[in-house]
Amino acid sequence: MKALVAVKRVVDANVKVRVKSDNSGVDLTNVKMSINPFCEIAVEEAVRLKEKGTVSEIIVVSIGPKEAQEQIRSAMALGADRGILVETADDIGALEVAKILKGIVEQEQPQLILLGKQAIDDDSNQVGQMLGALLGAGQGTFASEVKVEGDKVQVTREIDGGLQTVELTLPAIITTDLRLNEPRYAALPNIMKARKKPLDTKSPADYGVTTTTKLKTVKVEPPAERKAGVQVKSVDELVEKLKNEAKVI
Amino acid sequence: MSILVIAEHDNKTLNGATLNVVAAAQKIGGDITVLVAGAGAQAVADAAAKVAGVSKVLLADNAAYANQLAENVAALVADLAKNYKHVLAASTTTGKNILPRVAALLDVSMITDIIAVESANTFKRPIYAGNAIATVQSDEAVVVGTVRGTAFDAVASEGGSAAVEAVAEVKDAGISKFVAEEIVKSERPELTAARIVVSGGRGVGSGENYHTVLDPLADKLGAAQGASRAAVDAGFVPNDMQVGQTGKIVAPDLYIAVGISGAIQHLAGMKDSKVIVAINKDEEAPINAVADYWLVGDLNAVVPELVTKL
Repeated sequence: MKALVAVKRVVDANVKVRVKSDNSGVDLTNVKMSINPFCEIAVEEAVRLKEKGTVSEIIVVSIGPKEAQEQIRSAMALGADRGILVETADDIGALEVAKILKGIVEQEQPQLILLGKQAIDDDSNQVGQMLGALLGAGQGTFASEVKVEGDKVQVTREIDGGLQTVELTLPAIITTDLRLNEPRYAALPNIMKARKKPLDTKSPADYGVTTTTKLKTVKVEPPAERKAGVQVKSVDELVEKLKNEAKVI
Repeated sequence: MSILVIAEHDNKTLNGATLNVVAAAQKIGGDITVLVAGAGAQAVADAAAKVAGVSKVLLADNAAYANQLAENVAALVADLAKNYKHVLAASTTTGKNILPRVAALLDVSMITDIIAVESANTFKRPIYAGNAIATVQSDEAVVVGTVRGTAFDAVASEGGSAAVEAVAEVKDAGISKFVAEEIVKSERPELTAARIVVSGGRGVGSGENYHTVLDPLADKLGAAQGASRAAVDAGFVPNDMQVGQTGKIVAPDLYIAVGISGAIQHLAGMKDSKVIVAINKDEEAPINAVADYWLVGDLNAVVPELVTKL
């Protein structure tokens, strides 16, 4: 079966971002960009399913600026077979991304659609679920284990109290949680090979999607600063401060 | 204006997170209806009817909703949503699983993790692991959003007297099935609702040491226990104890971080705590920058001493 994996180009997880002084957004000039960590886990899972013989072809999709092809190439170096870049300069919302992915799914007919549970830039945690709704497909969100059996997939999900296992009819959407797997590193020969793999470039219009959204970001501000704390020298001093100064115990 | 709040529950008791969502709904203003979708969930509906500020409770009681499968519950909510201007749920794994599906069925954009209500259509939410706060305005016909519980004070669970109305409609998409559940049992308060949280990180060294060192402290303070991702990944404790961008978001009165360096992703889950204490052997640990009090020392010596002196 075919697997489709969606990856997003985001600011690297270790970068501490700064809000622009005009409050229009965060400053991303000259900031290191990477593949979203949850998307990397999704790619890894698809590759493992291919290694097991469950999946025959992996298509990786990214929606975003031209530079997002770097992230598609990274996914190819990890084992994806071909790529689709849907190029758009606009800051695109989760619903629009889900609509574009729906168009791609309808063309490619994958049985498994893998996404990260959330992107670490907008922290929305929406696209997989929205795609599930648009396709009328089942969703296994926050997956920590995936088992394909015939025309079904069993997904163990990380929920607030512990774990929950659901069984979905294929085609189904899976969004990955951190503990699903440990993504591999791309080996140099594979990085070289990835350059030769096919990559199609499309536009949102090819899927009949307009990128206008009714959700506007009015402004972006830095979070409130915490007032500077103090170093205490002993346990006695700590207990005294907590009791008499902070009054929390 | 009218607001539909999706109740969080386990078919027996109403989860406290719902009270925080009702508080956010009150800030928006308008009649508040709570939907209880479950199986054998009459007790939950009765509890929801007593919540202060709730004017109506809808009970959709059917086996199809027993385990809150998103495919079924979202279809029901999307159908009911036509009569409301807002649809809200808690930013829990259940709320985050269901609501985006509802939004897409309604063909509207959605707002995750609302931390402040500016007006009926303008809200604040954290982005970039809490390193920026975005103000967003929704011009959609229905505003769909999840509410970060720790950002709103819970309304009283008593004092209301709403009528409970049954919803006969059954939506069973037939594409998903509940198989099993493994709930971690704990005698301690729930992490997201606790007044005091004691968290351990990689520095505690092992699962055994986590419990040897931190259990007495949590017991003494009546605290919930949490962990950093490093501690969870190392297998010290189960993952539902993880505090951070990808785990739980907490904002207790007192957060004690033991052996936690303070990565951006961890800070995203706890930096709104009222008082933060860091106990770490590293003087340069990033956690100290957000701590109100930090103590540099060996946690294996410091924590037991703290227990005896509290």
